[in-house]
Amino acid sequence: MAVQTTTNAASPVTGEAATPRASARRHGIGWLFILPFLVVFLAFLVAPLAYAGYLSLWTKGLATGTTFAGLDNYTRAFHDPSFRKGLWFVLRFSLVVIPLQVLVALVAALLLDEITGRLARFARLTIFLPYAIPAVLGALMWGFLYSPSFGPIEQISSFLNVQAPFLLSRGNVFYGLLNVVTWQWSGYYMIIIYAALKGIDSSIYEAARIDGASGRQIALRVKVPLVRSALVLILVFSLIGTLQFFVEPQILRPIANGTITPDFTPNIYAYEMAFNYAQFNYASAISFALGFVVFAAVAVFMFATRKRGSLFT
Amino acid sequence: MRLKTTLSVVAPVVLALGLAACGGGDDGKGGGTAAKPTNCTNKIVNQDAPRVLVWAWYPNMAKVVDNFNNQHTDVQVCWTNAGQGQPEYQKFQTTISAKKGAPDVIMLEADQLVGFEIQDALVDLAPYEAAAVRKNFSAGAWKDVSQGDKVYAAPVDGGPMALIYRTDVFARYGIKTPPKTWAEYADAAARVKAAGGPVFGDFGSNVPALTTALMIQKGAVPFVYDLADKQNITIKLDDQATKDVLNYWADLSKRGLVGKQDQFTTDYIAGMVGGKYATYVSAAWAPGYLTGAGVGNGKDKGKFAVAPLPQWDTAAPVSVNWGGSAFAVTSQANDKANAAKVALGLYADAASLTDGWQTQTIFPLNQSVLTSDDFVNAKVDFFNGQTVNKDIYIPAENAYKGAVYSPFTVYYYAQLQAQIAKINEGKATGDQAATDLQNTMVQYAKSQGFTVK
Repeated sequence: MAVQTTTNAASPVTGEAATPRASARRHGIGWLFILPFLVVFLAFLVAPLAYAGYLSLWTKGLATGTTFAGLDNYTRAFHDPSFRKGLWFVLRFSLVVIPLQVLVALVAALLLDEITGRLARFARLTIFLPYAIPAVLGALMWGFLYSPSFGPIEQISSFLNVQAPFLLSRGNVFYGLLNVVTWQWSGYYMIIIYAALKGIDSSIYEAARIDGASGRQIALRVKVPLVRSALVLILVFSLIGTLQFFVEPQILRPIANGTITPDFTPNIYAYEMAFNYAQFNYASAISFALGFVVFAAVAVFMFATRKRGSLFT
Repeated sequence: MRLKTTLSVVAPVVLALGLAACGGGDDGKGGGTAAKPTNCTNKIVNQDAPRVLVWAWYPNMAKVVDNFNNQHTDVQVCWTNAGQGQPEYQKFQTTISAKKGAPDVIMLEADQLVGFEIQDALVDLAPYEAAAVRKNFSAGAWKDVSQGDKVYAAPVDGGPMALIYRTDVFARYGIKTPPKTWAEYADAAARVKAAGGPVFGDFGSNVPALTTALMIQKGAVPFVYDLADKQNITIKLDDQATKDVLNYWADLSKRGLVGKQDQFTTDYIAGMVGGKYATYVSAAWAPGYLTGAGVGNGKDKGKFAVAPLPQWDTAAPVSVNWGGSAFAVTSQANDKANAAKVALGLYADAASLTDGWQTQTIFPLNQSVLTSDDFVNAKVDFFNGQTVNKDIYIPAENAYKGAVYSPFTVYYYAQLQAQIAKINEGKATGDQAATDLQNTMVQYAKSQGFTVK
């Protein structure tokens, strides 16, 4: 899962001041505090975005040179079978991987919230560990585990005298990647949910227990609704990340025997277009088109969760 | 925390000192505004001479660069390894788009040249006395780097193809002579398989250049393109020859007679070491690569031999090429004359070439080597003392007629790779793959503004 960096945009200072002058001064100081972030934000996010947006309005052919294209690149992108295929893949992948890893994270967090002591600390660290491993290294490691010649899957299979499945073949690659991604990210989401659980006042549990709620009822009817905002947060995170799926398939490509094609996901397609085929213009358009899709998906999701009010009760 | 503070204070100072030290060399030179490249992998012998920045990935490049720098006082090579093949091309392509950051001289494979030529990224070497070295090369080798009278690179090594095979596997399954034709190849494969042997060869999706060479061997002419007529291109990927070759391998793949493993991967090398492949259809540089990866050592020592590439028609044998590379001058080079001097002179001296062929990391194209007794009669360890140069590779290289490549080789290879993967999954026949390939490439060429004939 790709970029999940710029999440906490600095919230502007909205202090109420007594006098206008003090207000202005405080305002100025506020900007001063934001400045370091603002410079980096403008230089490394807004400016490149604007430039890519500009690039996407032009088209460059090897034989024709650069010409103004207007929105043609976007029309082409949404009609491009490669782009649509990649988009369809990440959408399908999201539908499976997001519920799966949130479920794993939620169960792990609820269990860890119940038990205490050394075992709990150890388990928490172990579950979180995969997230601490850089995604590239994680993918490389799984590449080795999946290897049909000397990976453990192959060794166990040959011990049992059965043909080992190659988890990166066309039929299996979906599940092969599903496993890598769930392994990598569940621990991270678990920590977020766990932190939210720790923030709950324990007198609420006591009240529930006095009312006769069982442990399971407390977990499902009290804890889960109370960490709802954390769940929405990680769902948005993982939705954005999965739609921008890049690192794991890109790393596993060289050993996938051609299963992971240059148009496997929209992000890989954009990368290939820009850096292998020198089509920066079209690549920019694809990136923006993907951005629209991500934006739309998140907007739909936010709308749905807000309207229901209590989605998880 | 304390450590961090110390570092952050010290680092800029060190950096500043380093920059000052680098700048020192330029004093008194004057004139040149461009800074000398300083982050060279190699040692600069002659500090005062102008420097030419070179990107290359030959395994023995360090020696080659030292040889050049020791022999030259007027110009020095500053060498960087920017990646092998595709990773280097990606970086180069990015520098072309950015209009800065390219090296002065770059190592490129012959099939990549046109794609960069059409972007005006390479310099014609003809005005820089390229003709003087022409006599060192065969007509085919020279054709691969030229467009009409224009010469876009100086050839270094080639990849004449042959059939590498394992003598132990052949002996165990009663294959007395290596197959001379592709029909015999398929028969032998079936016999080994029927006797419970390993797969005969490999149809990897990630070596589309190899498959293209095999298509050309059958008579396919995938692309006709002349840079002088920039807008027009002929694409013929759905002709009978292409279909025949793809069908042939699709059939072997379907019957389980050849592997479906991507090559140059750890899994493939492990298979080569363990005798999982009876043959390897490959180029002359392959033994050096395999040796480097640990193949042919220990109990596998002396188990390999090589035979001429199987033919479709033994009466009219065709020699083909896979890989091989050359040095080109980029149009971003500040001093094109010096860059050309390096492109034409680097890896062209006797000491470097000898080191190259003895370690089998290159198959040299320079006639001074191809005709030398040492090279011709060399008994190669990897092939158990077989005189492979004299018997196999030199005749193959001499018969090679050159090929024409498209200006979008990278894209073409990606599409062919996808088709091979489909064939290996049983999702496409050779015919379908060829037709799809043709349609995709025509569409792409049109989107790039070419007129397709």
